[in-house]
Amino acid sequence: MANHDINLTVRKGTVHALCGENGAGKSTLMKILYGMQKPDEGTITVDGTQVSFATPGDAIERGIGMVHQHFMLADNLTVLENVVLGGEKLHGIGAKARKKILEISDAYGLGVRPDALVEDLGVADRQRVEILKVLYRGAKILILDEPTAVLVPQEVDALFANLRELKAEGLTVIFISHKLGEVLSVADDITVIRRGTTVGTADPSSTTPRQLAELMVGSELPSPETRESTVTEVPMLKVENLRLTATDPDGVVREVLAGIDFTIHKGEVLGIAGVEGNGQTELIDALMGLRDPDGGVITLDTDDISHASTRKRREDGIGYIPEDRHRQGLLLESPLWENRILGHVTERPNSRRGVLDLKAARQDTERIVREYDVRTPGIEVTAASLSGGNQQKLIVGREMSHAPKLLIAAHPTRGVDVGAQAQIWDRIREARHEGLAVLLISADLDELIGLSDTLRVMFRGRLVADADPATITPEELGSAMTGAATGHLEHPEDGDAR
Amino acid sequence: MRKFDKDRLILGLAGPVVALVVAIALTTVVLLVSGTNPIEPYRIMFEQVSYTDVQVLIVNQAGIYYLAALAVAIGFRMNLFNIGVDGQYRLAAMLSALVGASIELPGPLHILLIMLVAMLVGAFWAGIAGILKTTRGVSEVVSTIMLNAIATALVAYLILPKNFGVQPEGSNNLTTGEIAESGWFPGLSMGEGAGEIYGFTFVAVALGVLYWFVLNRTRFGFDLRATGASESAAQASGVDAKKMILTSMLISGAVAGLAGMPTLLGETHTYSLDFPAGVGFTGITIALLGRNSPIGIAFSALLIAFLDKSSASLDQHGYEKEIATIMQGLIVISVVVSYELVRRYGLRRQQQKVGEELAAGGAIKTDKEVAA
Repeated sequence: MANHDINLTVRKGTVHALCGENGAGKSTLMKILYGMQKPDEGTITVDGTQVSFATPGDAIERGIGMVHQHFMLADNLTVLENVVLGGEKLHGIGAKARKKILEISDAYGLGVRPDALVEDLGVADRQRVEILKVLYRGAKILILDEPTAVLVPQEVDALFANLRELKAEGLTVIFISHKLGEVLSVADDITVIRRGTTVGTADPSSTTPRQLAELMVGSELPSPETRESTVTEVPMLKVENLRLTATDPDGVVREVLAGIDFTIHKGEVLGIAGVEGNGQTELIDALMGLRDPDGGVITLDTDDISHASTRKRREDGIGYIPEDRHRQGLLLESPLWENRILGHVTERPNSRRGVLDLKAARQDTERIVREYDVRTPGIEVTAASLSGGNQQKLIVGREMSHAPKLLIAAHPTRGVDVGAQAQIWDRIREARHEGLAVLLISADLDELIGLSDTLRVMFRGRLVADADPATITPEELGSAMTGAATGHLEHPEDGDAR
Repeated sequence: MRKFDKDRLILGLAGPVVALVVAIALTTVVLLVSGTNPIEPYRIMFEQVSYTDVQVLIVNQAGIYYLAALAVAIGFRMNLFNIGVDGQYRLAAMLSALVGASIELPGPLHILLIMLVAMLVGAFWAGIAGILKTTRGVSEVVSTIMLNAIATALVAYLILPKNFGVQPEGSNNLTTGEIAESGWFPGLSMGEGAGEIYGFTFVAVALGVLYWFVLNRTRFGFDLRATGASESAAQASGVDAKKMILTSMLISGAVAGLAGMPTLLGETHTYSLDFPAGVGFTGITIALLGRNSPIGIAFSALLIAFLDKSSASLDQHGYEKEIATIMQGLIVISVVVSYELVRRYGLRRQQQKVGEELAAGGAIKTDKEVAA
């Protein structure tokens, strides 16, 4: 049972936030509301009439629209084409449709240009196209699944302005998020889900993020550790003048990484901030040996690994938490214990002299499940049957089990609930204490600032700015991420004093 | 946990069972539509199995199919579709027969040499497709199909009397000359008139065991399976994808080369124009039906061999033996459809079950909970 005894009442013309741990059943609930899954019992009432949805089409007919976390747009089509795609019967595909799009865009301040190619749009613009797509189909109730996960703070503010606009026009928004601060700032009502059931509601005007988090997790949160620096003088990873070029489909050679220089010492967490697509993925690929750099030197401990194979790097002590766990971190249709072997097949306890040691691997998987709080009925189930947060905990457990010297963590807590998030952070802190060097790449600025000892900002394949996590604010970091500020970032007050 | 295992077994069997039932049902429909008695052909075919000589024929044929299907399965396990098994098999059989007939060595060495040549030729022919894929990104599906055609032409050319072929007196056939008796693989006699089981059939069984061990118990096998399950995840885990593609193509080709050995070493002792063709394609059907598992492939090899051999008698009873061919075709289609359906159902079902068990508090006790 993924959901039971769910009671949710959303008032018309409000923003209603839905929070809960990963695997708590938010997605299932949303799927039911959007007609992608049928409930076993219970009723859904829209505007006083009881309804039942067999397909998303039924939900759209009733005025319920969904903006998915992963955008569903065709890159090589224009905004107009994307919006009318599948809704050709509504207003045709020509002038009438364009007029309607502009009308909606103006009414809610979305600022959408119908003739722009989607591939030329940034993340925030794409999201607005998604919202417009739903409104175009006549939605009166919008479901937004983790809409802020991919946005920088300034964009989040813009999105919230849009949401308020929608609300003012009498539309209803259901907003799913992990980021409690955001929930409190935009929502009119909050419902918390835990273990598949609604456990309570909160009034955003009188609730603190901490209280909300505790409601979600169901217990008191561990208090954040006192921050003491564990940074040593011993360099663990040294990257000098790293350069990587890529040939795009038109045959043009572009520089995707240029002049990357940094050193991570033992016990240090180096955080890299940046809007996605500015070279972070390429940097990880070059460090992991998935792409061969065109220039520069990568030194791990004292060895030059610039052109070493991925397996060699892993054996040498690089742990890797990939940004896309489904693509790079897991074999979804394989059991958990095989996933525990993945990436460490040449190491103990997984194998001995070329032959797998299944018994030891299984035992160690059970240990990881216990120690890292992976919620699963057993280790024979496939990775696909775990919730995202639990999959991530398994990956973190696996990578930490081989005493890495360097951990490359890309969005280590993306899509992970607050409880698991705190756990993963604790693990990284613990390991850092014992001399682990960490390269942290994240879109969650609070995570970056909270975990890093040093911060760098990546923009268009270069490290353009650095900052001290002790003094920087998310907003300042956000503006450097858009390329507006470079060099050493400091507080305006500090700047004045200088 | 036991429950999950039982489920998996049932689901694993459900795919082939559903496929076979559907295939038989559809064949029956075809028989009905064509105005043929829908029961009688099956009865005749089953009756055949009671004869020892037919049993021997089926087992021998199954051994050949088993090797061909293993070759295909090795590719399938890492998402490579080696359609070229047939070409690799024919070219390898021809060249190894040629080498075997031109040299005389003491017993086991002679056989080993022929096997070695067959494996090398098969690996070489498949390796061309492997290299094209790793260096130029050519789909192995396209290149292996073309290599089949080239192999056909090459064999036809090499076997001309002016090249290496021999034309036996009073015959239109062309052969590569007879291999000396030291190069014959002894068989297991099943009694007077029943024929003998090729000795190489046992080699095929041993290869099945080796296949299972390498795939499920070695690092190499894990890397291969990981690559098949998710190439991106395998690469991030440290697998060199290009090397993997080339290696598995070479192994697949080498096994394909061995598929000609039961016939060559156990029966014909020469490669001739009427050497069985199409074995590699049947191997694809069998690997699909057997879900690339060594046991599953064994059963499906037996099944297809049964259809092949027992249908031969249909002609004598006034039925078309092509009924078996139609059935094989229908099996392929229903296998593909039913496996995908069962796979999706299984994944969904497990997700649901995990959700239910967790909600019911069935999770493994974790440290966090123990502490609380």
